[in-house]
Amino acid sequence: MDPPALHIHHVTVRFGETDILQDVTFDLERGQFLAVVGPNGAGKSTLFKVALGLIRPREGHAAVGGKAPLSAAPGVGYVPQLKTFDRTFPATALELVVTGLRRAWPARVTRAEREQAAATLQRVGAGHLLHRSLAGLSSGELQRVFLARSLIRQPAIVLLDEPATGVDFLAESDLYDLLERYQTETGATIAMITHDLAAARYHASQVIVLNRRVHGYGLPEEVLCDECLRGAYGHVGHAHTLLSA
Amino acid sequence: MDLLDLFSLPFMRRALLAGLGIAVMAGPLGVFVVQQRLAFLGDGLAHAAFGGMGLGALLIFGFGLSAGTIIFHEPLWVALPFTLLTALGIAWVSGATRLSGDTAIGVFFAVSTALGVMCFSLIPPDTDVGVDVFDLLFGTILGVRRGDLLFVAGTCLLSLLFFVVAWGRLGYATFDSELARTDGLRVRALEYLLFAVAGVVVAVSALVVGIILIAAYLIIPAASAQMVSRSLIQMTLLSVAIGVATTLAGLVASFYLDVPSGSTVVLTQALVFVGAALVRGLTRRGGTPVI
Ligand SMILES: Nc1ncnc2c1ncn2[C@@H]1O[C@H](COP(=O)(O)OP(=O)(O)OP(=O)(O)O)[C@@H](O)[C@H]1O
Ligand SMILES: [Mg+2]
Repeated sequence: MDPPALHIHHVTVRFGETDILQDVTFDLERGQFLAVVGPNGAGKSTLFKVALGLIRPREGHAAVGGKAPLSAAPGVGYVPQLKTFDRTFPATALELVVTGLRRAWPARVTRAEREQAAATLQRVGAGHLLHRSLAGLSSGELQRVFLARSLIRQPAIVLLDEPATGVDFLAESDLYDLLERYQTETGATIAMITHDLAAARYHASQVIVLNRRVHGYGLPEEVLCDECLRGAYGHVGHAHTLLSA
Repeated sequence: MDLLDLFSLPFMRRALLAGLGIAVMAGPLGVFVVQQRLAFLGDGLAHAAFGGMGLGALLIFGFGLSAGTIIFHEPLWVALPFTLLTALGIAWVSGATRLSGDTAIGVFFAVSTALGVMCFSLIPPDTDVGVDVFDLLFGTILGVRRGDLLFVAGTCLLSLLFFVVAWGRLGYATFDSELARTDGLRVRALEYLLFAVAGVVVAVSALVVGIILIAAYLIIPAASAQMVSRSLIQMTLLSVAIGVATTLAGLVASFYLDVPSGSTVVLTQALVFVGAALVRGLTRRGGTPVI
């Protein structure tokens, strides 16, 4: 049997005195679309960083497609949480997308790389950004370029950390269409951190509710219930109105 | 006197060769120094070289050796490892603590300058310890010796090799160290290597052309190039080209105007910098970046 796409085994991460993740365990089978939900500071990004090999857990371990995180890198596409980016760095969208192929900053982009980058940008609705300077992009445009960068290597698993941040409403539904299309074409596994519970319910095949520890893992309709969410978020507020929408 | 005659003068030729060597090694280094916001690094390491030279001079004096008798009596042999260790120390401190790179540099900067002043003050004036404080600070590009050229050539080769091999990875790690790490790049190791190369380049250059000149070579060409470049490779090549062109122009101008050469080179670089800033400012005015 194939190893799971993502195997998180009793992972505990501690920064200083506090446990950021506490004994987190779950397996994600191939071809699933996982939504990771939880409040700010819940450790969602930290969980991804463990899977990427950026953070070594204090206890437990992670495996991606049966491999240790860093050796799995060529098969992993990662879209980081939107961060402040150095706008003085002279670079074009093309070059950033090509880093997804080369794993180095390109001095010269080959014709084949350029065509592949153009096609991938086209696919995420950003074909027109190919030769644009990164410094001049809006945060939504930048997010698409990062998405293209992660997809260009045709990863077997895509990890997206709040990819819809800064992307407009229409683009957001484009994003889910695009990910679902990529998934049906390639059979890839997708894991996405999101604060949009309605989107999680609608698009994901699996949901994990996280706040330091796992408060629920399973089908969206099972996990996105008041009970689980109350456990993770403390109080649910108006989440149920969102969910029934 | 035409240009060919000018550079047939041995001291002018040596100045030119040293200047070109320094431009070629400081160009790519400066790109990463500027992009990683380590503008202070050149100054910091140059002052570490000053501290190291002081220490070396004091040792030579203390052991009663006279400079130049054997090559190992050159204070550079103390200054070089001293600067290298300082560079690695800065890399370590800024990695292990939450201090920013420039803060870590500032600490080492102050300490090495104090150390240098202390050491030189302990040496009686008119003692030959192979180095002159005034030259070390303000530079002697016209006083470059044949042996200095060997050091410059060796260092130039070393740093070129490093940048040819590591440029792509350095660029990736400089753009976003976290993304680079997810792709298996050893970002910390790269950082240490970059700082080590910076230490050697700055120590050798500071001895040959002085502290002020190397700090300028490290920042001004790269900063000027950044303003008018669309890509990192363009910035890198342009940074080298600006260093080379301003060395040539500065030396020639200083000869005809009969003014200090090192200063003229720096002022020529400043002209280019102002030019690049103007180009940038004018092309940006329309709202959309043209370059
Ligand atoms: N390098 C670090 N050092 C110390 N604490 C950290 C570090 N990185 C994250 N933390 C802490 O770990 C906790 C979880 O952070 P994480 O980024 O994983 O949260 P998150 O669930 O992604 O939150 P958000 O929804 O705001 O993105 C936070 O309380 C944060 O302060
Ligand atoms: Mg996060």
